[in-house]
Amino acid sequence: MSLFRQAARIAWKDLRVELRSKEIVATMIFFGALLVVIYSFAFPHDDKAVRSSVPGMLWVAIAFTGTIALGRAFDRERENDTMRALLLSPVPRLAVFLGKAVAMAALVLSVAVIVTPLLALFLDAPLFDYAGELALVVVLGALGIAVIGSVFAATLLKVRSRDVLLPVILYPLLVPLFVAGTKTTAALVQVHPNTEAAWYWIRFLGIYDAAFLVLSLWVFESLVIE
Amino acid sequence: MGRLDLVAIEKVAKRFGSERALAGVSMELRGSSMCALLGHNGAGKTTLLGVLSTLVRPSSGKIAYRAGGKDVTGEDVRREIGMLAHQSLCYAELTAVENLELFAGLYDVRDANIDALLDKVGLDKRARHRASRTYSRGMVQRLALARALLTRPSLLLLDEPFTGLDRGGALALGEQLGEIKAQGTIVVVVTHDLEAIAGRADHVAILRRGSLVFEERGDAYSYETLKDIYHRHAN
Repeated sequence: MSLFRQAARIAWKDLRVELRSKEIVATMIFFGALLVVIYSFAFPHDDKAVRSSVPGMLWVAIAFTGTIALGRAFDRERENDTMRALLLSPVPRLAVFLGKAVAMAALVLSVAVIVTPLLALFLDAPLFDYAGELALVVVLGALGIAVIGSVFAATLLKVRSRDVLLPVILYPLLVPLFVAGTKTTAALVQVHPNTEAAWYWIRFLGIYDAAFLVLSLWVFESLVIE
Repeated sequence: MGRLDLVAIEKVAKRFGSERALAGVSMELRGSSMCALLGHNGAGKTTLLGVLSTLVRPSSGKIAYRAGGKDVTGEDVRREIGMLAHQSLCYAELTAVENLELFAGLYDVRDANIDALLDKVGLDKRARHRASRTYSRGMVQRLALARALLTRPSLLLLDEPFTGLDRGGALALGEQLGEIKAQGTIVVVVTHDLEAIAGRADHVAILRRGSLVFEERGDAYSYETLKDIYHRHAN
């Protein structure tokens, strides 16, 4: 119980810092919205083209904005060496990891909440026909990005070229997650939606997240101690 | 779990790649003592503090933390450690009070009297509810000290604690450290400001290129004695 209470405390601290500075969310939303505007000019608007391209647009936006959030959120812990303060505290290190990951997932979700309606509006995409399934896959995607990203962002905290290394290391690991997200979304926005295929990919994503969560909990402590 | 009263450093070595930071350092730190850990830049002082804080894993050797003759490990050790590092270890977007509330929660300190603590370190009352990014270097140092003392640690690790403080502030801090030591705390100070710890440090250890080249316990060392020991052994 203490583990989750302390994780919640750390997550709330991250969100409180972000609510005060609005630095990460503002950058993510601006960048996400910019991508939507670019898509709306760069891609044809006929129904068939939109249905086939909007899943990719959504997940590219989530991937790019998620990376921005990861880099900056962990940079903040480096500025006054506050990560050291968290690791020095008697809080289980798993709580530190979980707290950071939950806060990160909340940031990614906040952007998805803005970008998804914008895509639906600008491209007239039928993204909300299966809103429940779409919400579930976006939540699972955000959790996956947050879990996998938090491990590597924390590990690279003291590496000078971390801004370059983070996406290089992160994206290959996130490919299955983006494939699952895109396939689910594509199955839901077809003219004849294939909910069976969507649920197959949602289950895949759930298992992928769970596997990385277990792995991350296992390796986090050994990765962050020098 | 009781307060730490002995920390035994046994043949601790640390390498960062091909760089040797510590080469088999052995020494004991005891309760109610203040160890002045001295040496030139790059001698390994900060690395030794890192190992003592449990955040740097030694390449070989070990550190035993004891309370009342019993070994203490893991989270119980971390609960007993207070650290003042080169950086503040505080969140710039949060106020002094919010920072201390956060850490009081993480350390499960229920009876923290934050205002009294901030009074003790001399942080201006008007500044306490302002984001700490607006603080001067000296104010940040006072907040960092308050954070380190918040949990009433029995092992207090201080890395250049007098940086950013004016002479009066440095001497006042030295005096406070003397009081903390008298309450049974093991105080380890890495500093070049020998005047601020004069009359309080009763244990001197000098590191040179990762090796412990001098160690002595005595009564509270005077400034002249500390200076003399430093010049004879650190070079």
